[in-house]
Amino acid sequence: MNNFRGGIHPPQSKYTSQIQTEEIPLPKKAVVPLSQHTGSPSKPVVSVGDLVKTGQLIAAATGFISANLHSPVSGKVSAIESRLHPCGYNFDSIIIDSDDKDETVEFKKNDPEKLFPNEIIEIIKNAGIVGLGGAAFPTHVKLSPPKEKKIDSVILNGCECEPYLTCDHRVILEETEKVVGGLKLIMKVLDVKTGFIAIEDNKEDVISLFSNLPKLENDIKIIKLKTKYPQGAEKQLIKAVLKREVPSGKLPMDVGCVVQNIQTAKAIYEAVYEGKPLYERVITIAGFVKRPGNLKVRIGTLLSEIIDYCGGFVEDLPGRKIIAGGPMMGITQFTLDVPVVKGFSGLVILTEKESKSYEPSNCIRCGKCVDVCPMYLIPTVISRLIEKARYEELKNYNPLDCMECGCCAYECPAKIHLVQNIKLAKTLIQQKKI
Amino acid sequence: MKFTISPAPHIKSQQTTKKIMLSVFLALLPSALWGVYKFGVHSGYVILTSVLSCVFFEFVSQKFIFKTKVKITDGSAALTGLLMAYCLSPDIALWQVCIGSFFAIFIAKECFGGIGFNIFNPALVGRAVLLSSFPTIMTKWQIDGVTSATPLGILKEKLAEQLPSYADLFVGNIPGSIGEVSKILLLLGAIFLFYRRIISWHIPLTFVLTVMVFSVLFRQDPVFQILSGGVVLGAFFMATDYVTSPLFLKGKIILGFGCGLLTVLIRNLGAYPEGVCYAILIMNILVPLIDKFTKPKFFGTSLGSKFF
Repeated sequence: MNNFRGGIHPPQSKYTSQIQTEEIPLPKKAVVPLSQHTGSPSKPVVSVGDLVKTGQLIAAATGFISANLHSPVSGKVSAIESRLHPCGYNFDSIIIDSDDKDETVEFKKNDPEKLFPNEIIEIIKNAGIVGLGGAAFPTHVKLSPPKEKKIDSVILNGCECEPYLTCDHRVILEETEKVVGGLKLIMKVLDVKTGFIAIEDNKEDVISLFSNLPKLENDIKIIKLKTKYPQGAEKQLIKAVLKREVPSGKLPMDVGCVVQNIQTAKAIYEAVYEGKPLYERVITIAGFVKRPGNLKVRIGTLLSEIIDYCGGFVEDLPGRKIIAGGPMMGITQFTLDVPVVKGFSGLVILTEKESKSYEPSNCIRCGKCVDVCPMYLIPTVISRLIEKARYEELKNYNPLDCMECGCCAYECPAKIHLVQNIKLAKTLIQQKKI
Repeated sequence: MKFTISPAPHIKSQQTTKKIMLSVFLALLPSALWGVYKFGVHSGYVILTSVLSCVFFEFVSQKFIFKTKVKITDGSAALTGLLMAYCLSPDIALWQVCIGSFFAIFIAKECFGGIGFNIFNPALVGRAVLLSSFPTIMTKWQIDGVTSATPLGILKEKLAEQLPSYADLFVGNIPGSIGEVSKILLLLGAIFLFYRRIISWHIPLTFVLTVMVFSVLFRQDPVFQILSGGVVLGAFFMATDYVTSPLFLKGKIILGFGCGLLTVLIRNLGAYPEGVCYAILIMNILVPLIDKFTKPKFFGTSLGSKFF
């Protein structure tokens, strides 16, 4: 079976994988940060007091690597002010009070047969679609590689290797047609003949669903991958599916490949066929809430409303952690007054029992971090160089290649804060302080 | 409402340093029982003294000399004590054991910075000091109370005694150090460690194979060579010590090969009948060098990095 070297096997904890996606009621208030994507923040095109409809453009992309934002609800813009973003920083956000009518702007349906690739890219760009796997890189940029980079394969990433999260799993099960349709659009845009849908072998239902489909077009292949974290990491996925290694510091397009998330493909389908911009997504709520599940939510919905919808927390659990994203790479939240953004894949609530904190001790050189690092780095050495402030030696150990997947820190028996130390190394190098 | 904040990853494996030490300790224990059964109750006191004195020296040096956090509960000092006792003669005096523990823990480990920073395997340093300080008692062997020579001693000194059978070697019906004689019990312990993924095959397998191959070159029986002396204990429990072995797989194979080669050279060309202890100690010195030259290629920096 296709695989990559390194990685770990944390408990999968995918308890919500068999729960049907539900659409939650409209939020009373939507908080839409202007920076929900990699690249420059969008610029508001509405002012306080304006009435907006669902799907109306409220902030426009500034520059090539940026994305449009659309109103997730209909109502009145009540403020444009600095608000907390799930990443932990404050960003300027547009706040819209919902009138609860959900009046939409008119969506312009398209016939993709009649569209040229550049027109499809334009639709994707206007719809504000970004990578919905977490990094939120603007999709139109990924789909516009420079002329000299010849793309020959598209991989749809359905691995969802983070424990607990099941939203992509549900989307591909429930909206198979849209996902496959989105993949075909991506292939058309890039003029690619082979598309792959990569699925970890723990999602048996998806694999059997595809094998039972009447006849998938010859050009789309289902690739069954070993269940392992981080199977869904872009470079590891390309290595597993195509046996190609993306060179250090380069992008997938340098090895002729583009990777897109399941939900991104679905969003592309909806943007092109239905004319619907990106203003909602499916997220997983897992862990210690009364009713965990997979929810279709509007971008900008506050976490407090989602937790209320799920029946609230299971009471009286010590050391409660609210994690935006999965438990391996997610960010803990200190308040529920934070909105769902485009790259928000789930909310995991853990207690002290699952998320124990340990005091770090000396490295015993067991080499586990080296064995599991999917980038073949040497976490323990980078960490020690940081601790001993031997910064000038760091460049020999490529800390910038680290994707912060957390495998090393997960495995470390001495519970050293490896990822934190490597993040520090990366920051120091990026700020040119070394 | 209060929430806990922490950096990712938010879940960690259950494995800890303490559990690793405990697992190795458990894996070694059956062999200790065999040693006590075979060599008498005094060897039990030797083991107990070794373990307790190692923990004592660790406590004293951390608490009063280096004034750092006392970490005796991580179990590493107790494990060092057990391993050192395993390569001592069953008749050694208890005060001599304490001297060994002092060198093992204070000189070889704590003076270098404590757990994770020692260059040499502490247990083997303790044994090496005792062997050179008290050569007579350290090379006096007995079985069931009867003084006799070890199998390797018989070979080395070309004694007239009958060499033991493979079965006796395997079960441990031979004179030798307290914990090294019963290969079957040691191997069972090693299987447990493989199963728990605490040790990997790289060091033990290359060590044992190298000893076999080079023994043939010296016209020795390869099976006899690995079943007698400390090869099994050394290959599976001493050379695999995390701190004093290389970080990378290629380096581990080099270490295993070096240990095996030096063992055979010492056995056949050196003054001692057994060479495992010195072979491992010599290879320990080379570990930083081995690590430097076996640094793996990072992802995306070479095309052919699929070998290991």
